[in-house]
Amino acid sequence: MTDQGVRWTADQVLALAPDDASRKAGGRLAAAGPWSETGSSGEGAVWGRCKGSGSRPYQTVVDLAGAGGPAYRCSCPSRKFPCKHALGLLLLWAGGEAAVPEGSPPEWAGQWLAGRRRRAEEKRTEAAAGAPSRPGDAEAARRRAERRAERITAGATELEQRLADLLRGGLAAAEQAGYGLWEETAARMVDAQAPGLAARVRELGAVAVSGPGWPARLLEECALLHLLDQGWLRRERLPEGLAATVRSRVGLPASPDGPPVRDRWLVLAQYDTVDPKLTTRRIWLHGTASGRTALLLSYGAAGRAPELALPVGLAVDAEVTPYPGAGQPRAALGERFAPPAPSDARPPGVTTAQAAARYGRALRDDPWLDTVPVTLDRVVPVPDGDSWQLADADGATALPLAPAARSRPGLWRLVALSGGHPVTVFGECGHRGFHPLTAWPEGSGEAVALC
Amino acid sequence: MKTTSAPADTTAAGAWEELVTAALLGTDRRTPAGCPPGPKAPAALLDTAAVQTVRRRAGLRPAAAAPRPEPAPPDPRPPLPAAAARRLATLLSDRPGTTGGRRGTAPDLMELLPQWLQAANARGYAAPPHLLPALLDAARGRTDLRPAALEFAGPRALWLARLNPDWRFALRAVPGGGASLPDPDDADRIRRLWQEGLFAERVALLAALRARRPAAARELLGTTWATERAEDRLMFLDTLRTGLGPDDEPFLEQALADRSRTVRATAAELLSALPGSALAARMAARAAACVALDRTRETPTLVVEAPHECDAGMERDGVVPKAPAGRGERSWWFGQLVEAAPLATWSARLGGLAPREIVALPVADDWQGELHAAWCRAAVRQRDAVWARALLGEPAAPEAGGPGAVSLAERARLLGTLDAAERADWVAGFIAAHGLSEAFQLLGVCAVPWTASLGRAVVDALNIARDAGSYPWSFSGVMGLAERCLDPAQARRLDALLAVPDESEDAAPGAGGYWAEAFQRLVTTLRLRAAMLEELGPPPAG
Repeated sequence: MTDQGVRWTADQVLALAPDDASRKAGGRLAAAGPWSETGSSGEGAVWGRCKGSGSRPYQTVVDLAGAGGPAYRCSCPSRKFPCKHALGLLLLWAGGEAAVPEGSPPEWAGQWLAGRRRRAEEKRTEAAAGAPSRPGDAEAARRRAERRAERITAGATELEQRLADLLRGGLAAAEQAGYGLWEETAARMVDAQAPGLAARVRELGAVAVSGPGWPARLLEECALLHLLDQGWLRRERLPEGLAATVRSRVGLPASPDGPPVRDRWLVLAQYDTVDPKLTTRRIWLHGTASGRTALLLSYGAAGRAPELALPVGLAVDAEVTPYPGAGQPRAALGERFAPPAPSDARPPGVTTAQAAARYGRALRDDPWLDTVPVTLDRVVPVPDGDSWQLADADGATALPLAPAARSRPGLWRLVALSGGHPVTVFGECGHRGFHPLTAWPEGSGEAVALC
Repeated sequence: MKTTSAPADTTAAGAWEELVTAALLGTDRRTPAGCPPGPKAPAALLDTAAVQTVRRRAGLRPAAAAPRPEPAPPDPRPPLPAAAARRLATLLSDRPGTTGGRRGTAPDLMELLPQWLQAANARGYAAPPHLLPALLDAARGRTDLRPAALEFAGPRALWLARLNPDWRFALRAVPGGGASLPDPDDADRIRRLWQEGLFAERVALLAALRARRPAAARELLGTTWATERAEDRLMFLDTLRTGLGPDDEPFLEQALADRSRTVRATAAELLSALPGSALAARMAARAAACVALDRTRETPTLVVEAPHECDAGMERDGVVPKAPAGRGERSWWFGQLVEAAPLATWSARLGGLAPREIVALPVADDWQGELHAAWCRAAVRQRDAVWARALLGEPAAPEAGGPGAVSLAERARLLGTLDAAERADWVAGFIAAHGLSEAFQLLGVCAVPWTASLGRAVVDALNIARDAGSYPWSFSGVMGLAERCLDPAQARRLDALLAVPDESEDAAPGAGGYWAEAFQRLVTTLRLRAAMLEELGPPPAG
């Protein structure tokens, strides 16, 4: 039994789109009209020719089985990946056999596909052989790491001093100082090569103007920042797992080093957070056999979509390699053994009380943790004043929605999906409340993305 | 934090409050209990706060659940096929204004939504719940979509609308917020709803009853007629238009004596649509007295002698005495008489001539416009296809295209009295002879999808317009209609038009490319519509 012939759903295809405009343009090309010579192979390749405004039709090929995610090639001049032709072609393919029959690739598509397979094979052999590293390189790297650690130590010490000054003068005074204070301190932390500290300092500036209750929130964040400073300054004395967590929270790069875990990974959620310089994409995976939860992060520069895309509701047979650090869900996607295919698996769920307890336990390994990934089983969205909560269908307790989730259109999709009946909801649960990301209706039915 | 309950330990909560106060004021002014004053105080405060923060977070417990809303009522309709549900999602995501600028070859998906909804409703599918928010948002922005969108959205949409003020319109649109109308046999419930219901509910009840039991509806209205307010009487009277028949005459005759002028006018209008009514006979006598056939002239000619006064009898029969500004009183009265007179009057009056012969008669002293316009209104009111055909004339006749006696708007209304096939044939003939520049309004009354002959005529005319070298956006109205109304099966006939033609000397620069683009969009839209309908499955039988 193989999943290779299973076609994706249109939603899953559309989740690959780099932006809204391509999603729409792709949707319009998803009719058989402009296409010819379409076909797909069992190995996850799809191809076709699309007639555009020019005299020569564009040649579009997609390789869904690529190790680094789907790969696209199209003879159109668009610089978007995937372009609208690739999206349209995949939508057509998702529509079924009639529009895109099974077959073997024609010459123009086969060459590129064969080239990709060959390169992937070479890479694998290379990796297996292992690149011999010269001893000089390792020595230089060690010295660089030492210099950086010294700078971070200097930065953390300075930050401790600044926090102490802040507490001595009082947070009320800091509120009047405004953003400038935080921006300047954050810039010092960037100079100290501690991006993790810089981000937290910048966050303090936002907390200070976050409305009623800000003093308590600001004190919490200041205290956790102090805790992180102290953790860094005494990292030698921490257990190895916690020390790794501190290193990654401070902003030192790490590489995945855990033993790879092969599983059928179900894609639970994919969402982007955009700031002017960087788009961060988070993809939550659930190992259907191991029960583990993994987080894949990928980045896109300045308004471009991150390259890795795994639509919700697909499952991929692959290896993921965890990053170091106690209780860290982050992992890197390794080799894929088959193209992602639709799956009707659902993650097992817990009650609201169990979800809150899970967050509490996770703080033991990582006290800086804001949320943990949780699937709630049998909960009902319930209006609560001007907010909403997710209430146990069979109990008397509920988790409030996080403030950020209250104004999203996804909230209404969740409410509509439920209709007052129990649903299964995956999301991030933390001290600010629950942030729903994906929901499944009672009984059977496809996953509905809420983000 | 606010609603997630904090640890119940009140002393811990008090300690935290004290920390926050100290932090707010600064350790120079206050040191909390357990922190040594002096230069070490800030670090000690932060240490304690860090422990407290993690402790508070780790100890979070869920809040008490708020009262749950009543679950949405079940929707017994079968779910949409998966492909159709995805199509709906795509249609709904194409909101106007999001793409902006020129459409290019891309179809206007939002324009297909009404068709999609109609087809889905005809097949009786239930809406996918997670698409309801997008559907309600679309209906909120476009009132014309609301009836079909709300029918499709079903009971869960009303349930949602009670929770979100943005969607309140859905509750207003459905009388009683979705309460179903009583069975026509349930006389007690009908009587109670009629006596106690809100105005909108009563109108809905009367209309529903009239559609199935015309006489019962009239009798129900009669029970409270005398006590209704004038505006309400007018609305109720208007529901009698459905299923109007000779049995309604006594009731309408009585309404001719109503206190309200608008009610009287509506009653008169309804009576004149009953050719056998006493009012129709009175109007026939009055109108016939004004028109005579003068056989002494070289060709027999119609002579018009308009009434000299509007007497009390005429007024009672619904003739409005005061002419609008700029119109002569006598021609105003004359028009109303002819409009209300049964058309059968004229054959009898004019020596047994057929309608076509009567329309062809010359009319003396510039009365032709007035007389023919009144006949048109009469033909529409009495739904007389023979007269409508006579007044429309041959579609290819030269005066049909120009500003003749019958305006385009009147023609469109006359076409409405013919059956769909005849209507389409007439419009096809009109387009073949006169092109598209005047055709927009006429195409609007044709049934969708267009018949093969009408579709062919439109495509041929577009082709001719292109060869004539004009720009396609001069025909954007017709193009838009064609995208929505052409039979998808016709798409193949358009293939030849998709290529960019060589530019001829007298063509507008670049027009060829734009035409190719417009035709591509047309074909893409047609294919999309075919796919759309196919996804929804076969239409219900009958």
